Amino acid sequence: MIRARGLERRYGAKRVLRGVDLDVERGGFTLVTGRNGSGKTTLLRLVAGLAAPTAGELEVDVERGQLGFIGHEPLVYRELTAIENLRLYARLYRVPEPRERIGMLLERFALWDARNQRAGSYSRGMLQRLALCRALLHEPELLLLDEPYSGLDSEGAELLDRELAERRGKATFLVATHDPDRLAPLASGALAL
Amino acid sequence: MAVAAAVVLVTGVALALLWAPEDADQGPSQRIFYLHVPIALTAYACFGWGAWKALRLLWTGDQRYDLESYTAVHMGTIFGTLTLVTGSIWARTSWGVWWSWGERQLVLFLILFLFYAAYFMLRFSLPDGPGRARISAVYALFGVVLIPISFLAIRLAENFIHPVVFTRDGPQMSGDMFFTFCVSLAGMLLLAGTLYLNELAGKRLDLRLRDLRESLELG
Amino acid sequence: MTYARDVAALARKDLLLELRARETLPAMLLFVLATLVAFRFALPADASERASVGLLWVAILFTALLGITRAFIPEREQHVLDGLVLAPVDRSAIWLGKVVATLAFLAAAEVVALPAFGLFFEQVTWSTVAAVALADVGICAVGAILAAMAAAGRARELLFPVLFLPLSVPILVGGVGAAVGDDPARYLAFLALYDGVFAILAWASFEYVVTE
Repeated sequence: MIRARGLERRYGAKRVLRGVDLDVERGGFTLVTGRNGSGKTTLLRLVAGLAAPTAGELEVDVERGQLGFIGHEPLVYRELTAIENLRLYARLYRVPEPRERIGMLLERFALWDARNQRAGSYSRGMLQRLALCRALLHEPELLLLDEPYSGLDSEGAELLDRELAERRGKATFLVATHDPDRLAPLASGALAL
Repeated sequence: MAVAAAVVLVTGVALALLWAPEDADQGPSQRIFYLHVPIALTAYACFGWGAWKALRLLWTGDQRYDLESYTAVHMGTIFGTLTLVTGSIWARTSWGVWWSWGERQLVLFLILFLFYAAYFMLRFSLPDGPGRARISAVYALFGVVLIPISFLAIRLAENFIHPVVFTRDGPQMSGDMFFTFCVSLAGMLLLAGTLYLNELAGKRLDLRLRDLRESLELG
Repeated sequence: MTYARDVAALARKDLLLELRARETLPAMLLFVLATLVAFRFALPADASERASVGLLWVAILFTALLGITRAFIPEREQHVLDGLVLAPVDRSAIWLGKVVATLAFLAAAEVVALPAFGLFFEQVTWSTVAAVALADVGICAVGAILAAMAAAGRARELLFPVLFLPLSVPILVGGVGAAVGDDPARYLAFLALYDGVFAILAWASFEYVVTE
């Protein structure tokens, strides 16, 4: 589903990625590991199409609407409530029956009671859970997760464990993490940067 | 090319000063025409070339067009500034003022100068990378659309801002004048081309050096 | 049809944000009124009608600047733009949504500014109203894409006016000409031409502005 050869990305004089090869099968669960600043985030942004590579080739065999992305930022408007944010994304992703879908996700990530609060008033962990709702809203075929556990408390982390285990094999995963042990049981491949 | 540029340009200036017939109304000061107008046309050519390269960048995604577009706009801005300077000198010698809002070309170049100065501010404020290349390219495209629109606007504005007292369209150029003009124009274009290629080579060398230095540090 | 609904959803989101934050519109309203008052004192008592019409246009332009500068700040500060860019909507819909939202703010400011101008200076003619409506489209079409460019850089608020003002000269010519020129229709046609040309250019090139 993802095939990269000699992928390179530079920001001005600084080369963040150099010569990265990557193959991810459909239904695979690939971990991207490496120390801080090794280019994990950049790699995920390239695969998502949020940034263009400066050299090398990259094929991502998935439509734009079939991609779920978790980055450093939750990608929600702080002035809107959880419901309003998810409704906007449901509209943009043409989610059928958005009301049921949003309700189900908010329940699952224990945000239902806070659904009408502004995202700006959320704690870091709640924002991360809202971001997970946002990324899973449209049942994407490919999930790009950049440090998905960051900010989550143990309860939130267990929710995510369960979610990933359930979806493994149904969707394709590319997960950047500095803690590969937690996801090792799920992984079908790994790339060390 | 540098040699050709020098020869043609010197010939053009010599023709303009010594050979071209003197303008009946304006006297010797009219001879700056042979510098001013070719410089202005060369500036347009540079902006047009920059926009063409910008279009190629957006079309193909090939990053080397970014440097070419940037260099062309850079040259255009230099020639545009020269247009303002020579135009101002001409206004001074023929009408006794350094600036005239009645002179279309000059007003247009003032707007373009502001526009392309903003191009450089934009470029330097963006982080280096493909994103900067694309945004710069889009802005360069806005520039070539702005040129005819502004020209039209200036013509329309003459009706209520400043009635045109002087026109330089006046008498048709004689054959000798036209020939001199063409030689000057060719000289300017060659000069711009030479500067463009030089600058481009210099910038490419910089990038290459940066690459090598980085490879050394890593290796 | 989905395109129109995407645009509507994005514009509605901006209006909702404004309703919550109440930052941009009140600032624009106060600014345009304060500017008109300040101009009253900048103008000699025997100043011509032409001069005051020019000031009206400067006031409108600067008010638009104030509003549009902030157009992409929520997206950039909170990085939500990535979220919009990832969604399977045509990227130009993001631009058009912003155009619609900023147009609404600008029109609201002008609903106050034009009567105020009539009160402080002189009656507003129909050709001026038509020119303002046409100019708004061009201002917002160009403004929205330039604001996205400026927001990608470091200087943001400083950069936007510098990018925008050279492009706004033709709008001023069209606007002032429609008020004081002999043949308003010519100037209105010119404004429509400006709108058409730059709207098409911005629509076609916006995609390149929002991807890295």
